[in-house]
Amino acid sequence: MPDPAMALTSASIPRLWRLARLDYDGVRNRPILLYPEGAVLLNDTGFAVLELVDGKRSVADIAAILRERYQTDVTADVAEYLSHLAERELIHDD
Amino acid sequence: MTTDRPTTLLAELTHRCPLHCPYCSNPLDLIRAEGELATDDWKRVFTQAQALGVLQLGLSGGEPLVRKDLEELAAHARGLGLYTTLVTSGLGLTRARAERLRDAGLEHVQISIQDADPEVAERIAGVSSVKQKRAAAAIVKELGFAFSINVVLHRANLDRIGEIIELAASLGADRLELANTQYYGWGLENRAALMPTRAQVERAQAIAQEAIQHYRRRMQILFVLPDYFESYPKPCYGGWGKLYLVVTPDGRVLPCHGATQITTLTFDSVRDRSLEWIWQESAAFGAFRGYDWMKEPCRSCPRKTVDFGGCRCQAFALTGDAANTDPVCTLTPDRAIINAALAEPDEPEYRYRIIAVEPQRV
Repeated sequence: MPDPAMALTSASIPRLWRLARLDYDGVRNRPILLYPEGAVLLNDTGFAVLELVDGKRSVADIAAILRERYQTDVTADVAEYLSHLAERELIHDD
Repeated sequence: MTTDRPTTLLAELTHRCPLHCPYCSNPLDLIRAEGELATDDWKRVFTQAQALGVLQLGLSGGEPLVRKDLEELAAHARGLGLYTTLVTSGLGLTRARAERLRDAGLEHVQISIQDADPEVAERIAGVSSVKQKRAAAAIVKELGFAFSINVVLHRANLDRIGEIIELAASLGADRLELANTQYYGWGLENRAALMPTRAQVERAQAIAQEAIQHYRRRMQILFVLPDYFESYPKPCYGGWGKLYLVVTPDGRVLPCHGATQITTLTFDSVRDRSLEWIWQESAAFGAFRGYDWMKEPCRSCPRKTVDFGGCRCQAFALTGDAANTDPVCTLTPDRAIINAALAEPDEPEYRYRIIAVEPQRV
């Protein structure tokens, strides 16, 4: 579980770590988050969330867009997913 | 054959370097400018690496800035979508050069710092360098590169780890790598002059742990323990030939940068073979994949899937057989070799690494 101190709430405004870049890995056919000395291979859901992370939208805003798209409430999932990445310092919210 | 794909390529563009650090990870037998790969060779290697699955590229050396084609290589890497890091001493990074590299698409610059104390820093580097490094750091920051500082830790600077962390923060680093010396090549040659005490290591580790929390979300700090002080070996790059590739200045392809010291293996060159062939088919890359090559105590050990028997280069350098358990492991009688090294009397002088920076004229 994510460290509670790092946890994002629906009001948090996440942004990608300055050093991280969202990209597509054409060799593995997977979306990917690249950063110095590392990479996270993403699934389509993870990519759908991170694509909406722009330092302006809140977790609630992102969840609202995804709810529209998938017809289900994903607020808790979005907050948990981004909190995991925040714990790895790949997502910041301050 | 393997189904694994490499994620990282370290391109040692040159062994030429204005610094003489006694812990340099380059081999003792340095390659001169005449032996270096040409621009088109490197571009072909990057293209082949990307097709093989590489995501991360380190432009390293030696000092990569001595290569006049660095901008061209950085642009080629960017065109392939690679996340590229320039691993530099900072010497030679003028504003004009940094701007050209930025325009070429270089994303991340890592500058080495030898110590927070300028006098000790220059004694370690073996050359006047502190002022140029500070200037280079300011340029990197100003131009908006992702910015890492890398510090190799040893007896002479470990007690100033707190000041080193503060220095990195004041220079505006996004990341700080605090890596204890690895005893290969020049590091092994200078081991008795570099080896810290256990008390130094423990104190430094405590300070680093605290700083990791303190600087969270401002500067990411990595602290790499020295393996001589651990009970089990490190899982070298996730296992031999699994994730990592190094290409030496003259084109040989290695599973890790220390591997040329394993003299029982022959490493194929990108001058003769494709990167894919070397990764998939070469005897050297196949030598220590999987578990069948292992001897006891590794073969029956549950930790073999965690640390893969440790480092093959260290096993060879210290025991004479690359298939032995890494002598860092306390489960092998060879651990006595490490314990003896820890008990060695201190050597006051460094043996510096020296190579001409300019190409030799014959």
